[in-house]
Amino acid sequence: MSKDKKISITINGKKIKANSGQTILEAALNNGIDIPALCFHSDLKIKSNCRMCLVEIKGKKGLHASCSTKAESGMEVITDSAKINKARKINLELIFSQHCEECGDCIWNFNCELSKLAKKYKVEITRFSDRKKGFPVYQFGPSIIFDSSKCIDCGNCVEVCENQGVNFLEIRKKQNVSQIIPSKDKNKDCIYCGQCITHCPAGAFQAVGEFEDVEKFLKEKRKGKTIIVQFAPAIRTSIGEEFDIPYGTTITGKLVAGIRKLGVDKVFDVSVGADFTTVEEADELIEKIENKETPCLSSCCPSWVKFVEFNYPEFIPNLATTRSPQIILGGLIKTYWAKKQGIAPKDIVVVSIMPCVAKKYEIQRKELEINGLKPVDYVLTTRELAYLFKKHKINLRKLKPQKSDAALGVSSGAGVIYGASGGVAESTLRTAYAKISGKKLSKIEFKQVRGMKEVKKAIININGRKIKLVVANGIGNAKKILEELKKNPKVYDAVEVMACPGGCIGGGGQPVPSNEINRKERAKGLYKIDAGKEIRMAHENPIIKKIYKDFLNNSQIIHLVCHTKYSAKKKENKF
Amino acid sequence: MSIISKLKKHNILGRSGSGFPVGLKWEIVKQAKANKKYIVVNGAEGEPNVFKDKYILENYPEEIIQGIKIALETIDNSSAYIYLRKDYYKKFSKDLKKLIKGLPIELFEKTGGYLAGEETVVCQAIEGGKLEPRIKPPFPSQEGLWGCPTLINNVETFYCVSKIAKNEYKNNKFYSISHDIKHKGVYELPEDSTIKQILKQTNNLPDFDFFVQAGGGASGEFLLSKELNRQVKGIGSIIVYNRDTTNAFFLMKKLVEFFHKENCDKCVPCREGIYRINEMFERKQIDKKTLKDLFFVLEETSFCPFGKGAVNSLMSLYSKLLK
Repeated sequence: MSKDKKISITINGKKIKANSGQTILEAALNNGIDIPALCFHSDLKIKSNCRMCLVEIKGKKGLHASCSTKAESGMEVITDSAKINKARKINLELIFSQHCEECGDCIWNFNCELSKLAKKYKVEITRFSDRKKGFPVYQFGPSIIFDSSKCIDCGNCVEVCENQGVNFLEIRKKQNVSQIIPSKDKNKDCIYCGQCITHCPAGAFQAVGEFEDVEKFLKEKRKGKTIIVQFAPAIRTSIGEEFDIPYGTTITGKLVAGIRKLGVDKVFDVSVGADFTTVEEADELIEKIENKETPCLSSCCPSWVKFVEFNYPEFIPNLATTRSPQIILGGLIKTYWAKKQGIAPKDIVVVSIMPCVAKKYEIQRKELEINGLKPVDYVLTTRELAYLFKKHKINLRKLKPQKSDAALGVSSGAGVIYGASGGVAESTLRTAYAKISGKKLSKIEFKQVRGMKEVKKAIININGRKIKLVVANGIGNAKKILEELKKNPKVYDAVEVMACPGGCIGGGGQPVPSNEINRKERAKGLYKIDAGKEIRMAHENPIIKKIYKDFLNNSQIIHLVCHTKYSAKKKENKF
Repeated sequence: MSIISKLKKHNILGRSGSGFPVGLKWEIVKQAKANKKYIVVNGAEGEPNVFKDKYILENYPEEIIQGIKIALETIDNSSAYIYLRKDYYKKFSKDLKKLIKGLPIELFEKTGGYLAGEETVVCQAIEGGKLEPRIKPPFPSQEGLWGCPTLINNVETFYCVSKIAKNEYKNNKFYSISHDIKHKGVYELPEDSTIKQILKQTNNLPDFDFFVQAGGGASGEFLLSKELNRQVKGIGSIIVYNRDTTNAFFLMKKLVEFFHKENCDKCVPCREGIYRINEMFERKQIDKKTLKDLFFVLEETSFCPFGKGAVNSLMSLYSKLLK
């Protein structure tokens, strides 16, 4: 039977078309029919744990979970009946007995499925006493907080953690009831990707500082500091979701205007930093190819770097030493720009807006300090910035677009696509191609490495030299690539890895829900920006050329601002 | 006549408790298109006070192996596992291995508890996965062990197969009879016997006021002495309780504790519902409306047969002896 074969079923008397093989829930959602589902996530396997998506099927006894029941031709489904509602209400009351919470500080905020359902089914939230009162709150590094007293045991976090090849979150029985806890195994540690946050339906996971400390950086102003905010490539097509702007809409200008309204001194675009990363990484790639030291592994994803350092330290020599875009730009702000402006670097506070919670970990790395100063002082996630905007009554929808500060220039198109899986590889190749061949690329786009596919492979011919490239998103996929490389180090020359699905556009700091639908649109938005840019190659960007000429003009300073080192890591999160 | 036709003719039902037609199951696995198929002999026997599989393993090992041999011959490209609970594995594996000789049959020592007897959990256990039930469909007969069509039948079912093949099948079934009786043991009697007849024939019909739990020591239904003119549903077991010396509240509390401990915590009604029932019995504060609601979601919405089984026993006990 072909997968595309259409069948028709009836839901609540309405005839709809479904793809053969689809579940009732998928068919309903595709046709705009709402069925409540908590443990369902399009990235994950069907677990059918929460028992909320119950429906009745004519001719079949009892209630059926629509997430795990395939739609069959001619099926008559009812999603709303006294029996269904009663079952949903009682199961919700049981779910709430694990989740008696105050809703003020939750990443789901006004978009909480649990509280919506509570209203709809007139749920007596406190019918049962709070079973999880006093359950522990765990902090994973400087990145993630897991409040296990909010957990509804759906197991989504455990599954994403397993898919990442990390296996740090586990289900264990304690006093006859299962609990989700961090692993005590010394060979398992969190890599701070934050996918647990974006896949938890109950807000049990959040970023460190997500609510209480979100304004801390603004207070530095009172101490006479200059506040610089720099925003990542992947933010401009995602933060709009927090303000009901359609998926994938580019709102760079409104974003800049919003940040300025917070009262900061300068707003820079991390995509410019990405252009520096591209130039340096292209040089590294070329060098590694010439010295036969491939594979060269990308290193701008801090979760991936931590994973290599902890799980595969034998690959540390292969990691590109080039710093990530936020770190390079932060470093340039506190050196090159500070000098130009006549501001003491210690009086500058750099705040990054990132789609990521691992970036909070990255900025704490000692080896990144320049003259004793951290290149970046604070990292806020996309969600945190949106929360801050709302707190300050800044509505992005209503703002007039502004340009980011020009002192550090404008990025090339290459710098913007960093936010999508394959973007770093494409940017690096554009530059490496030009550097090796001395020619301009006739076709600038490397479509083979674009898209949401988990692993993308391409062989790029430069001057007769074949470069074997592989791009992976999701650490579980990257793990397979490392295992391949262990057996044969020559299978790939260049490896790009992003820990999160679809790359940074699906990062752990992005708005929720985050799924295959909005990720696709977020990425599309970035490629559209690139296509519309006049300068699309990092090394052709005039500001890059200028700074290399005026400032980054000897290997010592290049090393200080643009490169770093790695070391094998021991387990950091012990409980 | 092929074995499948014979199984169908005699209308043999699986002896695990669910009573699925054996001939049909064999046919599905036989007709499934696959390069590899498996046969699993389920000797998990997890229901408390049920010990008929043990009895059959002890007394009729040749018949069991013969039954498996017939299955191996009937189903192409197949190999078999005998899945045994820990103590049975210890006790019988030596003798079984002798009988297996060169046949493609492996013994597997059960991991996990009560739920690890459910057919999809059996697959998980043999594969070394998490001991949780799988979504059905696909049923094991379509996709069981490692995604291959898998025939899972109870120990007793394979015994029946060997009898049928030899034309010696007498429509009998094994019954474990226990607790407040004089002649505890396993008896082979006609499958259409009523509970009363079984107790009578085995000289176990009490002369005192009593009630029974029939069809499994955890999930079986509780029946009063006036309700015994019926067959045993589920697995063949009858547990007799002296009504005067049995504290029904305590009995229910123990059962609830059992379900609380043994459920896999996967789905909301089992994990949270049984937790709350257990809480009520621990505190000795039973809220009837809440109990009714919890039975409702367990019965109607639990992921696997565990929840329904719990309601089958708990609700009958509560409504007949505690209310």
